[in-house]
Amino acid sequence: MADTEKIIEIQVLRYRPEQDKEPVLQSYKVPFTDDMSVLQGLQYIKDYLDGTVSFRWSCRMAICGSCGMMIDGKPKLSCKTFLREYYPQGLKVEALAHLPIERDLVVGVEDFVTKLESIKPYIIPKEKRTLEQGEYLQTPQQRDMYEQFSSCINCMLCYAACPQYGLNPSFTGPGVLALMHRYNADSRDGGQAERLNSLGHADEGFWGCTAVGYCSEVCPKGVDPANAINQNKMNSAINYFTRFVTPGEADK
Amino acid sequence: MKRSNEPIFWSLFGAGGMLAALIGPALVFITGIAVPLGFIFAADTMSYSHMLAFSHHWLGKIVVLAVIALFMWHAAHRIHILLHDFGVHAVTTVRVLCYGGAFVGTVIAAYTLLTLKP
Amino acid sequence: MSNRRPYVRSMDGWWKRDPYFIRYMAREVSAVFVALYAIVLLFGLVRLGQGEAAFNGWLQYLKTPWMLVFHVIVLAVFCYHTWTWFNIMPKTMPIIFIGGKRLQPGTITGTGLAASVIACLAVLFIVRGMS
Repeated sequence: MADTEKIIEIQVLRYRPEQDKEPVLQSYKVPFTDDMSVLQGLQYIKDYLDGTVSFRWSCRMAICGSCGMMIDGKPKLSCKTFLREYYPQGLKVEALAHLPIERDLVVGVEDFVTKLESIKPYIIPKEKRTLEQGEYLQTPQQRDMYEQFSSCINCMLCYAACPQYGLNPSFTGPGVLALMHRYNADSRDGGQAERLNSLGHADEGFWGCTAVGYCSEVCPKGVDPANAINQNKMNSAINYFTRFVTPGEADK
Repeated sequence: MKRSNEPIFWSLFGAGGMLAALIGPALVFITGIAVPLGFIFAADTMSYSHMLAFSHHWLGKIVVLAVIALFMWHAAHRIHILLHDFGVHAVTTVRVLCYGGAFVGTVIAAYTLLTLKP
Repeated sequence: MSNRRPYVRSMDGWWKRDPYFIRYMAREVSAVFVALYAIVLLFGLVRLGQGEAAFNGWLQYLKTPWMLVFHVIVLAVFCYHTWTWFNIMPKTMPIIFIGGKRLQPGTITGTGLAASVIACLAVLFIVRGMS
């Protein structure tokens, strides 16, 4: 590193279940250059200062969704956030809010993964087609109805931004509901009724959301979970009132 | 999972919120500021005879009931969520107090409008 | 034996953690003033049903300084409600295409606010015309 190198203080919220009763802050002085991400700062700590600091990371380029954490209280991908933005005052990194801390910056993901599986996050074909019949065609407008919701990388920043999930973890939460909408809104998909009746119409589904909207602000991929969830409320309400007069809907 | 009954309350909340967003500021300005202070509008705008005549007309009844009841249902829904947000866990009590309050207000308003003296 | 001991953090005071949450709570608290205003109106309606003397008492009550200050605050809160209501609107509406182009959030909010200004002016003119 060049001799112009600066030093920044990184406070890390430590939690070692075998020794800590509750999380504690630990401070590290990290030399950095302007091109270094917060993730690189943590890697410097692990390599040179304290090998016991635990955190998740993989791709370093905002596509794997592993390195989400609270950086000065905001949910961010640490690979996509630069140390220089916090110089000279320093920064504090903590495990993603609203999720249980396993160790240091590592949070438990079982709840998220279980919920993700439960919505059948794949296309359930509306009509069976043989190979000879060719591909399922879609207009650009039909694609636009779901495309931005398909950019989710499962980083869970939106869960750390959602107080309703923090207050009540039985709420499915922004990311998974946005993915549910992504498949429901796909013109090739025929699984809407199944997904909506098993979850969407429930308190744990769309109705657990109070339109805080912060999920959409923090998403590093430009997904708009608040829109994915809230635009369903109107249809869910109409369905609620009309299900008894619509043939075949009442018994669902 | 069990289907939510939220659509009932959410619909009333939405209707009240939309009504308040569209004409709320004008209503508050008229009934709470301009008429009591006696500017812009004639002094007898909200006089007993005017208000009675207004509330006797079927359209007037609908307007008065819509404003009072929907504002109450809108507020009840949000206050209910607000208490939940503040960490009040007595869910049933909060629901009964908020929605019960809006319901009682609606009944009083409707009853008064239907039994107005000529 | 598992050494796992996941730590769940408290949600106490969560809404003070981020300015975004404070704005959200301010939006929700506005409902308290909507409720109070509805109660004032309901009170007036009940007084109307009780006869002229009772109703005039309510009208006099509206002229007290406390009630005037109260209504100025309520007016400010209602304006804030209108602002926040249409600001969140792009999130609550389905994606709409007009002429092949997606309707932008700013257009939705702007249209809503414009509709509100027109509706308020219409109410003011109608009431003025009636008196």
